[in-house]
Amino acid sequence: MGEVAARHAEPSGGRSSRTNLPDRAWAVSLTVFGAAVLVVAGVIVGALWFVAAPAVKTLGLWNFVGSRQWDVTRDLYGALPFIYGTLVTSAVALIIALPVSVGLAVFLTEMAPARLRVVVSFPISLLAGIPSVVYGLWGLFVLVPLLRKPIEPWLARTHFPLFSGAPIGLGYLAAGVILAIMILPTITTISIEVLRTVPGSLREAALALGATRWEAIRIAVLPYSRAGIVGATILGLGRALGETMAVTMVIGNSPTISASLFAPGYSLPAVIANEFAEASGSLQTGALAALGLILFAVTLLLNVIARLLVRVSQKGPARVAA
Amino acid sequence: MTKLILALLIAFPAVAADTLSITGAGATFPAPLYSKWFSDYNKAHPEVQINYQAIGSGGGIKQITEKTVDFGASDAPMTEDEMKKAAGIQHIPTVMGAVVVVYNAPGVKNLKLTPETLALIFLGKITKWNDPALAKNNQGLPDTVISVAHRSDGSGTTSVFTDYLAKVSPEWKSGPGAGKSVSWPAGLGGKGNDGVTGIVKQTEGSIGYVELAYANENKLEMAELKNKDGHFVKPSLESVSEAAAKVEVPEDYRVSITDSSGSGAYPIAAFTYLLVYRDQADAAKGAALLKFISWAEHEGQKSAASLDYSPLPHALTKKVDATLRKMTVQGKPVLAAGK
Repeated sequence: MGEVAARHAEPSGGRSSRTNLPDRAWAVSLTVFGAAVLVVAGVIVGALWFVAAPAVKTLGLWNFVGSRQWDVTRDLYGALPFIYGTLVTSAVALIIALPVSVGLAVFLTEMAPARLRVVVSFPISLLAGIPSVVYGLWGLFVLVPLLRKPIEPWLARTHFPLFSGAPIGLGYLAAGVILAIMILPTITTISIEVLRTVPGSLREAALALGATRWEAIRIAVLPYSRAGIVGATILGLGRALGETMAVTMVIGNSPTISASLFAPGYSLPAVIANEFAEASGSLQTGALAALGLILFAVTLLLNVIARLLVRVSQKGPARVAA
Repeated sequence: MTKLILALLIAFPAVAADTLSITGAGATFPAPLYSKWFSDYNKAHPEVQINYQAIGSGGGIKQITEKTVDFGASDAPMTEDEMKKAAGIQHIPTVMGAVVVVYNAPGVKNLKLTPETLALIFLGKITKWNDPALAKNNQGLPDTVISVAHRSDGSGTTSVFTDYLAKVSPEWKSGPGAGKSVSWPAGLGGKGNDGVTGIVKQTEGSIGYVELAYANENKLEMAELKNKDGHFVKPSLESVSEAAAKVEVPEDYRVSITDSSGSGAYPIAAFTYLLVYRDQADAAKGAALLKFISWAEHEGQKSAASLDYSPLPHALTKKVDATLRKMTVQGKPVLAAGK
């Protein structure tokens, strides 16, 4: 609509105030709406900081961020296990979801007949609509027993240090797998949209040079849509970092740091959800608010890194979906 | 249809004008009983409508301190710090609850635990079901690893359970300590009673703790605990009520009744409280609230057992009556000496 208004305004040269007024009103209201988003974000950060600041001051910022101990009865608060758990589960989720999503998107846009695309993409977008508590329940009653019995003992036989320790089921791996399923529809649907913007001429050129179908995808389609796929991944990652309910139901909720993915852990949103309602004393409340700020910072930081990555690796035209 | 709308139009303002709306907030544990009480009381006294938000004990304390509700409710008594911020607050015990140890060990029935073994299990020091310390009181224990399940969310249940462990085990007291959420030396955290139940039901060899009502509902295996007098006691409504029978209850009712004496007393029990100001500021609401509490202490107790809550012992009800009579609305007592 902005474009239409701009085109409309151009011939009159912008001098006539009669045509200019709606334009200006439009521009002002858009600015207000745009600014409102920033204001809301600012207010959230400000309010969190207001609650968190006294606690952070008492605990010391680096001591808070770097400490592994979370002991409410002794008023010892350290954020490290939660930061670690959030990063590890999100990483596991991405490692599983990214290849599957991109593969699925490539298959559906490049290879599958059009009718199949509709049939398959509908249930994928349906996955995005399932409430996270349902994912959590499914995780607790279906995924965790499966991990405990055949999957984790089987993985343990690889003697890979990531897969060691008792196969309890609940832990980083369970949370990561649940998150992978949850972010799969986000990455897949956006990747499909991105892949569909690849001009047919690129594909045809590659095929005309004697490339096989796979080579055409690899040298023409994927490089062109790389930026968009990274954007889709950022959106998926955002969901994984902030997911609360499903994670807290399967991660084991133990504020420890373990190298093994089988071990129980904890994540930033999970501890806030668990402890905030019954938090007693300003120090605990403050520490939890500070964890909220850290989650904010981690999300922001990963977004910036991902965007920089896009910029550095960019060869084709920029097309960031996010 | 028109008639119906007309009837509603006539009915609604009338209801709104005559009903007294009292609001409360707090503990989730007694919420099922409270909502039954409120609806029963409303049937007998249609002019009083009580709304309750089960937001957790911490939230209840916060809201009654800020006076945004007419009464609060909490499982754990308020701390000294919290009491200072809410001058003139009175704890009124309503019913009693118990925390039971539930387990899932193949072939084990009627597990008997001593305070020492219970603490060692939750400290992560006893790691096998067939540990000699457990075998002393139990037979046919399997050679399975024990996995411990605890609450991950801050809760009154955890507070009562850890209060008991801290009383019976010096190692627990100097280690994790007591509180709504503690630093657990072992095990997995589940969110809420259902989270812990989920872990215990699914994991062979697991042990955890939940509220008695919850364990009954879900038909979980419950352990018998050795009480202060040296008897193994099954958790039940009677054994929980007995836990309060011999305890010296102070005027403000803020007392822990875990590990109490009495041959049939179940050791992990606690009161749940209503929190009200001793002098009520609002004349109509204050009077109605005090009358309701008095009803809850007498009539209300009868419906407690059917919902798995233990009624208060008679001696204690009398004490509460005396307290209620001393409470005032704008400086004047409301409840006559008769009741």
